[in-house]
Order: sequence, then structure tokens, then C-alpha cells
Amino acid sequence: MAKWDSVKPERDLYGSNLTETPTVDARRTEEVVEETVETGAKPLGLWADTWRRLKRNKLALVGLGIIIVFLSIGVVETAFYQAHLHIRSSSDTRANSHVAGYLAPYDPNEVNYALSPQGVGSPPSWKHPFGTDFLGRDVLSRVLIATRIAMLVGIIAVAIALTLGLLLGPISGYYGGAIDSVIMRIADIFFAFPYILFVLLIMSVLGQGFQNVFIAIGVLGWASFARIVRGQILSVKSMEYVEAARAQGAGDVRIIFRHVLPNSMAPVYVAVAMAIGGAIVTEAALSYLGIGVQPPESSWGLMIAESVQYLASGNWWWLLFPSLALTTTVFGFISFGNGLRDATDPKLKE
Amino acid sequence: MSLLEVSDLRKHFPIRTGVLKRTTGWVYAVDGVSFDVEKGETMGLVGESGGGKSTVGRALLRLTPATGGNVTFEGINVMKASRGEMQKLRSDMQIVFQDPYASLNPRMRVRDIVGEGLVIHDVGTDAERKKRVAELMDIVGLSPEQAERYPHEFSGGQRQRIGIARALALNPKLIILDEPVSALDVSIRAQVLNLLEDLQDEFDLTYVFVSHDLSVVKHISDRVAVMYLGKLVEISDSAVLYDFPQHPYTEALLSAVPIPDPQTERSRKRIMLEGDVPSPADPPKGCVFHPRCPRAQEICTTAMPRHVPTPGADAGERHEVACYFPARFKDGQRFVADEPFRDALPEDQA
Repeated sequence: MAKWDSVKPERDLYGSNLTETPTVDARRTEEVVEETVETGAKPLGLWADTWRRLKRNKLALVGLGIIIVFLSIGVVETAFYQAHLHIRSSSDTRANSHVAGYLAPYDPNEVNYALSPQGVGSPPSWKHPFGTDFLGRDVLSRVLIATRIAMLVGIIAVAIALTLGLLLGPISGYYGGAIDSVIMRIADIFFAFPYILFVLLIMSVLGQGFQNVFIAIGVLGWASFARIVRGQILSVKSMEYVEAARAQGAGDVRIIFRHVLPNSMAPVYVAVAMAIGGAIVTEAALSYLGIGVQPPESSWGLMIAESVQYLASGNWWWLLFPSLALTTTVFGFISFGNGLRDATDPKLKE
Repeated sequence: MSLLEVSDLRKHFPIRTGVLKRTTGWVYAVDGVSFDVEKGETMGLVGESGGGKSTVGRALLRLTPATGGNVTFEGINVMKASRGEMQKLRSDMQIVFQDPYASLNPRMRVRDIVGEGLVIHDVGTDAERKKRVAELMDIVGLSPEQAERYPHEFSGGQRQRIGIARALALNPKLIILDEPVSALDVSIRAQVLNLLEDLQDEFDLTYVFVSHDLSVVKHISDRVAVMYLGKLVEISDSAVLYDFPQHPYTEALLSAVPIPDPQTERSRKRIMLEGDVPSPADPPKGCVFHPRCPRAQEICTTAMPRHVPTPGADAGERHEVACYFPARFKDGQRFVADEPFRDALPEDQA
């Protein structure tokens, strides 16, 4: 039987909770501090804030989705490519080299004249959704394998350009004076030259081959990154928080790495997204001109170039699908870049 | 010996034009400013925008290199301090900036902003620094937990408190307050001013308070220095200066301060200065104020009057003025002598 006297009512007359201990924090300041330090309460950082605003931009999300899809294809196909190369070199008969990609239904380099009656390929069918080209190669497989080259060009070329730009831009902007003038005049020269012509020039020096395409595009791209970083640093280094750091006794290195650079990078990330799209187009253009990726290697630009010769025969699929892949990818990078710019611009805060 | 002694401080900015960046002229932002600040007092520095007030503040801390003159802090020449001495001075002399949005690095957490000085000067262990930051947050009226947040999560007044906490971190003796409340809402201003006054009492601080707001300066300052076009025109105890201004520019400034009483406000005479502040790149010959001065006579166009003490019962204890025709007060009556003030005459004429 319950001891009635020991049972206290849970609530008093006014509905206040009696059984719970009071929630007032009676701890001293230091205790609270130690706790927050240990648990590391995570407030909204600037990146989280950027992501929150980016999420609202549908076009940017579509762009991001496209980038992720194509990057995944690129990564998977690169993995396949390595395995594929290995099989090819280890087997002595051509017949054994016919290996489908992880995503591609067929070997992108498998020639099958049966699929190319009259030597102009065959239109899309259930077995070959994107049709086949003049050698009877599966266009879908070739578009997929070419994604690898496109992504590699985009990332490696931009990485080269970014490295050079991030090396020269800050020097130019932070120290100014004669160094600044020299670096910026060189950048002007790079800007003044017609782009494709300059790439052609470099390619003719380095020789053909797609590794050299990376280098050529990368070397030419530094100037725009250097300019962006320099401009940012010029405006950031005169900010009051930089002066405040100096008043605290901070040296040049600390000011550059803790204060100036972190606040100068947002437009650079945007430029990177845009530049990757640009580099992919440039690679396509170079391959189209015949100085980029060489057959039998597959590249969107190369496929477009090959298909154009046969356009009169009405084989539209051969032109359409690589072009579609190219424009979609570039659209993805550019709309993501645009969204990123809007999201990182504090002036556009709602 | 005063805590801070400033003598003949000058800061001239070169005007560079053309491709070769040749110096074609100078902006005389600060031109021969001298004053002393005693330990524990608040020196107000007032004047119109472009008068060189902020430049004085920055030159005192050597945030901008002075063109000439001397700044002595506790007997150490700030202008000529070695690296090591300067580092020590940095912890003794701090600054709070005008714009609470521009003066905090948006990519750093508040704890890193407030504690940066401690890291730079290698004070204490990590745990001790955390404790000190929490203590500082508490001192300026913020909760220690908020130190985990980023500046953009705070209001203007809170941000200014963070700026003050940063300035206090190293236990400074002198704080330059560069328009610390100008960017704040009127409702927040009083809170921050009161905080500053409390801190001064608690930590025995000395302030140099730069502002264009005469009411605020009157409220907080023990002494006030009035600047016009890079020069000090009058300096005195705050109470005396506001009731018995001697320099015509001080009179004009004070007559523009609104009086919170409609009848007095309506009946009083307002001195309207003619024309604009002349360009500091081309200051007027003679007294810099003479083109706009209602009392200007021929002698005013010849040379800048010397900055001299004005003795007399009407003047403050350390009242100094740079004027040939200062207003004097006798038995509550204001009068201006016909003869130029002899002490102010240039040395060769006196």
C-alpha cells in the first residue's frame, strides 16, 4: 500500500512543476566556460551560412548536381581506364581487349563495322542508345569515357592556374610597388594575347598529347586568378581588422595568413568553378582543332570534330550527344559558380 | 612626466600622380600637433571630418608612420622604438575603431579575435588564455559562451564591446578610442560610453577619445583638444572649454551643438562659418582658419599663430590657444581685444 504522505503532488496550484529541480544555472562562470570549451558548441560558421543561402538557389543546386554526376562518372571511368589499360597490355590478342566500362556498356574503342553500314554509323537503338559512329563504336560509351578527360582537364589545368595565381597574386597585392607593377604587366601580356593562339603556341613548344593540354591551359589561366587575388588583397589589407591586428602586434606572416588571405578567397572559389567550365571548353576546342586529345583516345571535342565531317549524312546523334555532355557540364559549373558568388556576397544578404 | 607626450606631430601624405607615381604635392593631414595626456585622464580630440583627428590616433600607435615630431609614452620614444620595445608598447597602447563591422575579422571566432593579442604576445597557456577571454567577455558585458560565435552574429553595440574586449586583453595603460560610438544607434551609445567610463575607473585607463560629436566628448573627457585642418587650435579642461571657448573655431563648433531645451535653442545665436574646409593639400597661408574666421584681420594672413597658454582667471588651468584674437572673459563678460595677442605672435615678431 502506498504511503500517501510520501507522495508529493507533481504540480502546485498554479501548474508549476514541483518535482523537477530548478533549471537556473547556478554554476560559476568558469564552470560554464570549461563546459562550453569541452563540448565545443558549434555556432553557424561563415561556410554554413554560405551553404544555407546556396541551398535556396535552385539553379546553383542543379549545377552542383550536374557537377557531382559528371565528377562521379569521371572518377569511375578513370578507375575503369586503369584496369582497362592493364588488360590491354597484358593480353596478346585484340579480341580479349574488348572490355566494357564500369558504366559504359561497351568498350569505347571497340571497332565493329557491322554497326556502321555505309561507314556512317547507325542511329540510336535500344542496344546503342546514343547510336554508333563511323567505326561502329558505341557513342554512349565514348561520351562516358571522354568525361574522364574533361574532368581531368578542368581540375588539373585549373589547379595549375590557381597555384600560380595564388603564388603571384598575394605577392603583388600585399607588397605592391615595383613587384606589383612587374607581375601585373606580365599578366596584361597574357591577357592581351588571343587565348587559343597562345595555347597553340605552347602546344607547339610542348608537343601534342593531352598532358600538355593541361599544362597549356593551366599556364595561361594564372593571370586571371592573380588579378582577382591581388584586387581582393588590396581591399582587404586596408580593412580595420588588419589594422587592429597590427595594433595587437601581429607580424606580416600572421596578418597575411590569418587575416588577409581567408578574407580574400571567396571570389577565388567562384572563379575556380567558372574556370573549370572554361578549361573544359578550351580542351574541346583544342581537340576539335586537332591539337588536343589524339585518337583513338576519346574526348568530347574530338567526337564533335569527327562527327562534323559526317554531318551531311544526317547522323545527328554523333554530334548531339557529346555536345550535350559538354554544354551540360559547363552549364553545371557556371551556374554553380554563379550561385556561389551570390551566396558569398554579403551585400546580397536578405 | 605625463603618460603620453606628443610634440610637433606631423603626418603628410604624398599625392602621387601620373604613370611614374611622382610626388606632386602633399596632404598636410596632421601638421604640428602637440599635447600631453596625464595618467588616468581622458583627452578628447574633436574637429570636423578631414581634420586629421583619426590620423593623430593612428600615428600615436605607429599604425601609420609619422612624417615628423615625437610621441613619448612613459619616457619611451614611440617613433624610434626598436622591434622589441614596440612589441611591449603594443600591449600598453591599444585602439578601438569606429566601425564595429569592419574592425572584426569576419572569419574568426570571437574568442580568437579577443585572444589574438594573448597569442601574439605569448601570454599564458591555452587554458589560461581561454579563461582570460571568458573574463574579458564578462567584463564588457557579454556572456563567455558567446565567444564561440562569429562576429556577424552580433549587433553593432555587441561588436563594439568585442572590440573593447580585444583592446583590454593585454592590460593596456592607454586606449585610443577612434570614434567608438559614432557608428552606433543613439540608444546603444550611452551604454557603450558608460561601459568605457566604468572600465576606466576599474582598470585605471587613460583614454584619447577621438570624435566629431561634441556632446559625447563633453560627457566623457577631462580635457578637450580642438583640431582644424591638421592643426590644434585650442586645448583646455573640458568644463572651461565648453563654457569659455576662446578660439573662433571652437565657438563656431559649440554653437552648432543642439541644446536639449527648445527655448534656449531658439534664442541662442548660431555662428555660421562661411565656405568649406579648405583642402589640406593646399592649406591657407597664415592662420589656417583665417578664410572662414569672422574675426580675421590682416595679421592672420601672415603666419600661423603660435600655440600658447592663455593665462587668466577665465582660462582653464592648462588652457592653450592658437589665435591672435582669442575671446577673453572678465566678470562674466566676453570681449575680444583689438590688439593681437602678443604671445601668439611668431617668434621674430614678438
